[in-house]
Amino acid sequence: MTINVISAGIATTIQDLGRPGYYHLGIPMGGAMDRLALKTANLLVGNDEGAAGLESVFVGPELEFTQDVTVAVCGAELPPKVDGEARDTWTAFTVKAGQVLSFDFLKSGARIYIAISGGITTPMHLGSRSTYAIGALGGVNGRPVQPGDSLPLGKSSKTVKDGLSVPKALRRGPSSPAEIRVLPGLYWHRITEQAQKNFFEDTWKVANEADRMGYRFQGGRKLEFVEREQPFSAGADPSNITDACYPYGSIQVPSGSEPIVLHRDAVSGGGYFMLGAVISADMDLIGQLQPNTPVRFVKVDMEAALAARKEQATIMDEIREVLS
Amino acid sequence: MSSRYTFGGDEHVFVEVDEEMSLEAFFVSLSMTNAVRKANIKGVTEICPANASFQIKFDPDVIHPDDMMKELKRLEAEAEQGDNVLETRIIEVPVYYQDPWTHDTLMRFRERHQDPSGTDIEYAASINGYDSVEKFIEAHSGAPWFVSMVGFVSGLPFLYQMVDRSRQIQVPKYLSPRTDTPRQTVGYGGSFSCIYSVRGAGGYQMFGITPMPIFDPEQNVPYLKDFMVFFKPGDIVRFKPINREEYDAAIAQVQAGEFMPRMRNVRFSLSEFNADMDGTNAKLMEALYDH
Repeated sequence: MTINVISAGIATTIQDLGRPGYYHLGIPMGGAMDRLALKTANLLVGNDEGAAGLESVFVGPELEFTQDVTVAVCGAELPPKVDGEARDTWTAFTVKAGQVLSFDFLKSGARIYIAISGGITTPMHLGSRSTYAIGALGGVNGRPVQPGDSLPLGKSSKTVKDGLSVPKALRRGPSSPAEIRVLPGLYWHRITEQAQKNFFEDTWKVANEADRMGYRFQGGRKLEFVEREQPFSAGADPSNITDACYPYGSIQVPSGSEPIVLHRDAVSGGGYFMLGAVISADMDLIGQLQPNTPVRFVKVDMEAALAARKEQATIMDEIREVLS
Repeated sequence: MSSRYTFGGDEHVFVEVDEEMSLEAFFVSLSMTNAVRKANIKGVTEICPANASFQIKFDPDVIHPDDMMKELKRLEAEAEQGDNVLETRIIEVPVYYQDPWTHDTLMRFRERHQDPSGTDIEYAASINGYDSVEKFIEAHSGAPWFVSMVGFVSGLPFLYQMVDRSRQIQVPKYLSPRTDTPRQTVGYGGSFSCIYSVRGAGGYQMFGITPMPIFDPEQNVPYLKDFMVFFKPGDIVRFKPINREEYDAAIAQVQAGEFMPRMRNVRFSLSEFNADMDGTNAKLMEALYDH
């Protein structure tokens, strides 16, 4: 009842839907960067949507199974192979005891989610198996997956059809340039009107510094700040504030030059101003952006943010229906 | 003080009590977040107090963001009538100032520092007008601190010193953050001390290190058996300077599972403190060292 890790791929971690409720202590909710992809992969193999699977970035792991299982890979287009034979993404397939799951080269997107029937059953920490390496919580003894690890599997409760698949129309991936919708707010008033316009006009690129904590963007014009005397304890740079909480998705711009969008493993607070936050419906998308992808930030209001959230929920409902 | 309400995307309300730090702003943030917790508003998922602001995370499928905002504004009136009295605890945190480990680290990152020719604590002493590092340590450890926020990473406390503004130490953060900081480093940035709970990146100036663990995901540390994070907002801390021998002895105690920080329950009143800061602090010290 285990998976043997032969090679780990890149940044392969155990992830479920995370551990909300501890952000006030600096422990982020964590969980899959692309939640829709993890939930869908789980549904394909007959698991609960929130079962723990594997998240890999750009390069997949090599895994050997000690029992017959159903597997599904969703998210990025990183084609899976069973004993070297190609399988489809977004589609359930069988892997027999002794067979090896590996991956071909990345075609699009950045992160895959591997769900296995029964789900990974490493110990929970604060209600979740998600790996939060900085705090040594979840995962395999608080760390990402390594070669030689043996991951325990739960009992599969549901039999699924081999070849069950999500229709193409319900698979969502980033366009190019990618469009990320932003609700201005937080410290938006701290930058000049011209800087507010520039931010949404410019085309940005995903920087190499892009991980579970946050995504950095480069290439747009430097932001100018409204002049003021800095408040006591904020720090001298106009991009500094008295250390405060950081919302998930919030966009901070240290020194006004390179925006950073905080993601699932966000630091919970700090001393940089934020110009607004990415809407909840577009958070999954960010985790699928490769470095150098051109990105446009699109200004929306609360009404549009809620409509997008509803739309996202509808897609998930449709996936549930198709796979039920 | 007039709070500024704003949204952080469609899942957060962010409330800036004041642009600048003060204990008054901290107490508004704390009593507001306590009021939100008590009010049990449907859809609230996270309540995060910070130094002079706070943040509420909510599920917009359960409560409309505008209604969430309205609820918070309604609670503000109630919270402002609070008497700013806190039943809390005072804790002694031993600090080995100018220790060899943070020294090694700061030497590795000298090119990111304002004054590459000195050390962090020499720089902080000099720009705050102290003529020696010893005098600076006296000031840093001479008056207690409020835990005004817990966060950044797992269980890291931000601390604000309980002295009038003219005596408050201010230092900038590193020009560019370090990629490494020893676990349990005592740092300083802006007007805040912090204790790094885990090893990792950091931008605060490094003054010393404490042997006392403050975050333990395994919960083997005896005083972290109930919960893996030690500090909570409103805790009062006294830094006690220790030397190498005392540090080594404390580490040995930690490893044997026998280290217990000195701590006492105390009652803190902001108005009493404002009326007589040194007198209030002296009473807190008495409480800490009774029997």
